[in-house]
Amino acid sequence: MSFDMSQFHAVFFEESREHLESMESLLLAVDIAAPESGDLPAIFRAAHSIKGSAATFGFTDVAELTHVMETLLDLVRNGAITLTEEMVDACLAAGDVLRNLLDAHQGHCEADRAAAEAIRARLSVLAEEAQRAVGGAPSASGAHKRARTYQLGFAMLPGDPQADESIANLITELKELGEVIDARPPVDGTRVWSVNLASDVDPETLRTVLEFVVDSTSVTIDVIDTAPAVPQAEAAFGLFDDAPGAPAAEETAYGFFEPLNEPAQTNTSEDLGYGFFEPVPEAQPATPPEASDGSYGFFEPLPQPAAQAEHLAPAAAAKLEVAPRSTTTAPTQPTKDTGARPVSKSDASSIRVNIERVDQMINLVGELVITQAMISQAAGALDPVLYERLHHGIALLERNTRDLQESVMSIRMLPISTVFNRFPRVVRDLSSKLGKRVELVTGGENTELDKGLVELIADPLTHLIRNSLDHGIELPERRREAGKSETGRINLRAYHQSGNIVIEVADDGAGLNRSRILAKARERGLPVSDGMTDQEVFQLIFEPGFSTAEQVTDVSGRGVGMDVVKRNISSLGGRIELESMLGVGTRITVRLPLTLAILDGMSVGLAGETYIIPLDYVVESLQPTPAMLKAVSGVERLLDVRGEYLPIIDLHEAFDTPGDRSAYEGGIMVILESDGNKVAAFVDALIGQHQVVIKSLEANYRRVPGISGATIMGDGHVALIVDPPQLVSMARRAGQGAA
Amino acid sequence: MVDANMQMTVAQEGRVVAGEFLTFTLGGEEYAIDILKVQEIRGYDAVTRIAGAPEFIKGVINLRGIIVPIVDLRIKFKAGTAEFTPFTVVIILNVGARVVGVVVDGVSDVLTLAPEQIRPAPEFSSAIRTEYIVGLASVGERMLILLDIERLMSASEMALVDEAIL
Repeated sequence: MSFDMSQFHAVFFEESREHLESMESLLLAVDIAAPESGDLPAIFRAAHSIKGSAATFGFTDVAELTHVMETLLDLVRNGAITLTEEMVDACLAAGDVLRNLLDAHQGHCEADRAAAEAIRARLSVLAEEAQRAVGGAPSASGAHKRARTYQLGFAMLPGDPQADESIANLITELKELGEVIDARPPVDGTRVWSVNLASDVDPETLRTVLEFVVDSTSVTIDVIDTAPAVPQAEAAFGLFDDAPGAPAAEETAYGFFEPLNEPAQTNTSEDLGYGFFEPVPEAQPATPPEASDGSYGFFEPLPQPAAQAEHLAPAAAAKLEVAPRSTTTAPTQPTKDTGARPVSKSDASSIRVNIERVDQMINLVGELVITQAMISQAAGALDPVLYERLHHGIALLERNTRDLQESVMSIRMLPISTVFNRFPRVVRDLSSKLGKRVELVTGGENTELDKGLVELIADPLTHLIRNSLDHGIELPERRREAGKSETGRINLRAYHQSGNIVIEVADDGAGLNRSRILAKARERGLPVSDGMTDQEVFQLIFEPGFSTAEQVTDVSGRGVGMDVVKRNISSLGGRIELESMLGVGTRITVRLPLTLAILDGMSVGLAGETYIIPLDYVVESLQPTPAMLKAVSGVERLLDVRGEYLPIIDLHEAFDTPGDRSAYEGGIMVILESDGNKVAAFVDALIGQHQVVIKSLEANYRRVPGISGATIMGDGHVALIVDPPQLVSMARRAGQGAA
Repeated sequence: MVDANMQMTVAQEGRVVAGEFLTFTLGGEEYAIDILKVQEIRGYDAVTRIAGAPEFIKGVINLRGIIVPIVDLRIKFKAGTAEFTPFTVVIILNVGARVVGVVVDGVSDVLTLAPEQIRPAPEFSSAIRTEYIVGLASVGERMLILLDIERLMSASEMALVDEAIL
């Protein structure tokens, strides 16, 4: 496929995808019954921006589709029609189609014309129906149904050299508030402009806007009419003029005026006709002609997220069927994301930087830290009195270098919400398709992980969630029979634990059926026995081709997937665990090693070595007195902390340090808490508190019991990071062994 | 029989048949490894000891932000004394996807060896299993022991790689 990948196109694609993304998240977040005032315009703006630039670059198909969507959104935005669940669905589906079109323009896949046409028809029908349902004559007045017409009079400040420009800006601003019916420049001898404006804003707002620009003493605001004149309606649609590539679409926009001449009908048969006839002649493939057959090119094995492609294809097929349905019945209960939606709507200004540059920077800073350490060491030999200023400078350098290193490191980190954000959509689409009611609860969205991991973890997680939805959560009736609430719940949670990022996908569904898995395994000739533990049995579902689904749906059940999930997770160095109870639910835990993460740690000295204890686990640290140490069978093993007896873990023993052990009285006890168990870890000294960058020890070495990773200290030395949970379980095991 | 096998291995694996080798000394012995496996050579720095590691694993160092384990081949091969002098060097190797450092007494030179210079190693008992020795090469008076460093470093006895136990 020959495609001109000029840089402008690249920017366009990137921007459009961003707009689509923000539109999607807004659509998912919007409260259908009572949309927040800012949401609808924001959704509209996203569609509008895409349309504008698509038309500029000649991507007619994209422009046409967005135009129809925009038309619908515009009506909703202006309050002419009310937002319905179906509109949101349609807009979401349109977003998918747009993505496909964008991909096609980039040469990634073939455009799905049929889907594009179907969704276009669906959107037009929706807009039309909704308008008819409202009942009124859907003229431009509908756009500002509570509008009043103001007559505004104002004069520019005398001697303003940029008066013309100010006026132009002002009128643009007024257009945003309402519909500028006409604007008459000053007649001879006065400086007074006269503007007729149809708007639903109150006069005070208008005054504020005006006074900001013009001579405040000259402002007059009169209400002349509460029903604006219809003939000026085109002005409202002036927005569409910037889509030269979409002449055909223009017609659909004006199609809204049609119902004026017809009796208001909510008859679906007519809608059906409308849905099918109208869009077909417009199919004008602007891109690769071979794509015009409208085939489902999605099935090509794309590197693109498979989940997305999978769900696009059936969705496209389903569209024609859905289109004629009236707005009165929403197909399913809306799925709600009750999880705290991160406030960051990517409004924060950002720049795009090639990741290689960031990595290069990280490497360079790494080198800088080492060089800095070298200088410090060399200067350490110099007389501190004679070279006081040098020492001072080096101390500053050290601090700055460390700060620099930390901030550079954090560039690569992304909150996991970037992955989680896509799931409300997945859950919503899938649950309505499966006729299930599911609530997605997310937690720990701000857990940061490396960008590289973020990209790689998205697909396996999507799969796990789809799996939970399809196989885990039962249908509402069955849930009711089982005495559960009809709405199932999927918990998605991320957190840091012992140097891993842990992501949990838990559902309160049917759970895994041990006997069915065993039966299936026998059927497939796998070596199984009834004596296997639940864990072993559950691991079978990760076998390639293993599926216990009674029927293969288009969502899952083909037995492809869990093995791929497991393989993907393993390739990231992670582990996957599964707990399940029949009838209660399933929890899948994915543990990924931290490739790059920053941790608040306490550094402790142990026989001349430095170890880092993650601060999250530290309850307190204290110097033990002989009275606090309690011996059990002649060995001091318990520490009495305000009446609580805590087992002592001597880190010298745990880490097998060389040299003599110091007496407990001379050192420090660090009280650690992990999973509700407290222990007292004995160390020689507390050194300080740092933010450390976690480095993988396993990348080049192997796992070390009791150690979760390593870090590089300011002087370039490596310090090992203690893994308190493992330490606690090691201590317990040792205790059991002794007993 | 053994010889024939050895030759076959050498011939098949190809990577050690001929080419450039880095030679280093351990005690009085000279070893050679495929130079393409060598990332860099550096001095011996303080290492961070790892609990529970075998004696020949000195610990880990920070190599420009990567944590790299250091193996003292002198201890592993029972050759030379494990003293650290300013001349002690660490050869940083790239084996598989991993980075490992090995401590040796000194690096001698880089040699190009022709296939005819390389003889199969006879079966003998030593601290190194013969499967890690691809051959012996004679250069003038010197005898070089050609190591399959990649196989050696990924061997379970080196305890560098996670075993199924953990």
